[in-house]
Amino acid sequence: MKQAYETSATLAGYNFAFLDEQTKRMLRRAILKAVAIPGYQVPFGSREMPLPYGWGTGGMQVTAAVIGAKDVLKVIDQGADDTTNAVSIRRFFVRMTNVATTEKTREATLIQTRHRVPETPLSEGQILVYQVPIPEPLRWLEPRETETRKMHALSEYGVMHVKLYEDIAQHGHISTAYDYPVLVNGRYLMRCSPIPKFDTPKLHMNPALQLFGAGREKRIYAVPPYTEVKPLDFEDHPFEIERWPEDCALCGAHDSFLDEVILDDKGGRMFVCSDTDYCGERREAGHTGRMSAPYKAEAAE
Amino acid sequence: MTPDLEQTPLLSVELLNKSFGRQQACRDVSFDLWPGEVLGIVGESGSGKSTLLNAIAGRLSVDSGKVLYRTGANSIIDLASASDAQRRHLMRTEWGFVQQHARDGLRMGFSAGANIGERLMALGDKHYGKLRDTALDWLQAVEIAPERIDDLPRTFSGGMQQRLQIARNLVTRPRIVLMDEPTGGLDVSVQARLLDLLRRLVQEHNVACIVVTHDLGVARLLAHRLMVMRRGQVVEAGLTDQLLDDPQHAYTQLLVSSVLSV
Repeated sequence: MKQAYETSATLAGYNFAFLDEQTKRMLRRAILKAVAIPGYQVPFGSREMPLPYGWGTGGMQVTAAVIGAKDVLKVIDQGADDTTNAVSIRRFFVRMTNVATTEKTREATLIQTRHRVPETPLSEGQILVYQVPIPEPLRWLEPRETETRKMHALSEYGVMHVKLYEDIAQHGHISTAYDYPVLVNGRYLMRCSPIPKFDTPKLHMNPALQLFGAGREKRIYAVPPYTEVKPLDFEDHPFEIERWPEDCALCGAHDSFLDEVILDDKGGRMFVCSDTDYCGERREAGHTGRMSAPYKAEAAE
Repeated sequence: MTPDLEQTPLLSVELLNKSFGRQQACRDVSFDLWPGEVLGIVGESGSGKSTLLNAIAGRLSVDSGKVLYRTGANSIIDLASASDAQRRHLMRTEWGFVQQHARDGLRMGFSAGANIGERLMALGDKHYGKLRDTALDWLQAVEIAPERIDDLPRTFSGGMQQRLQIARNLVTRPRIVLMDEPTGGLDVSVQARLLDLLRRLVQEHNVACIVVTHDLGVARLLAHRLMVMRRGQVVEAGLTDQLLDDPQHAYTQLLVSSVLSV
């Protein structure tokens, strides 16, 4: 079976990239509008995709609309190339477009991501597609869609600060750790999908085109290359990113987003890069961490 | 120029009409509100008091008529035809609206401090320390213990919630505050304290108020001037004491006589 997919250009009976051309055109119109108005949520006619809502249907539709036969696709889920969601989506696009795939951030022209921005800096010409569960930053503060639209239209974003105020009042610091609210191009308040706030500064003045797709909520928005993206904060409680007590146990990186892995029930733990490609690349280049020796030696500790 | 402006009302409503289908809720209502004045609107339930208040605040669209407001920058705006942006900006700076049920006017999911700070943050105040100091000052002004600043409004009593709502509205030092039955649903002793507090704050900050109430006692205590409404029309208007002591219109006479001792 596998052989058949790789030989035929696309799966018989399906259009290139699954969606029909009319639908892709509609999506591209929405994307163009989104690029023209950075941070503005453009409604679009979301289609049924062959996986459930919440699994990245929005991101997949955006990817399907912009992918070309010469693209090199990378799909990550929480930074990893080898998790279920990433593997299924990558395999889907291979079957539907027969494009080349890669795990290397540098080699990819199109990256679909769930909940992370790759550690390796992106460059001009690359497109980063985010999967967005809830696009509306004001949703939990104002349940009415008509009202939030009006608030966006009139730039009434004071209530977002009420939420951050509440964070500080209850926890002593801004405890919003992911999906951090940002102001795009000095105008629209935007949710940057549930990426950790560690990644938020990477959106600012990024040379790559960043597209956001929310399938269930039927919204597309974008941050064009070199656009100002400013996290909201208070003068006396400025925006800060997470820090970890240790470096990556495998590659020794101290500048990447780390996952904490519990090793046993005696308090053993390790911190490891969430971006598997970045970690692997560093190890290849000869960097080592606390546990990068064979695992047995560590278990004895 | 200045003396002239002193002679012009802060708000003047001209021939305001509002109907819901065949039901006319406000019919040709006209009045002026002067700076620092407290105007009471009384009448039985269903007489169009709250509709009038909501129409003035721009929460309801009016069928015809004008709501002319003299802004802090001394320009006259017709709120009935103003843009959403203009109206909403005024509503969170120069105007305040105190709801009958505090939970409609408060953000119940956020602490008292956040509730007081909201309007300031909407105006671009982004210094946490200063916001907190202001919130503490206002809690004190409305007689809520400062240590309750981080508590949610739902842990407050009804009277405290109402006082918090007042603080939240007064924090931007509005020029007009509209109140819809501010003491409704509170028990009598709490009402009295709230009225005292309102009277003091209104005097201290020199805000003009429109108070809608069906309680003539509240009107007597708070209002300088009264308007009596019935079936959407103003049947009588005048100085509070004069109107209550010597009612002219048959309906006002009925209203006054129906209360045991005002």
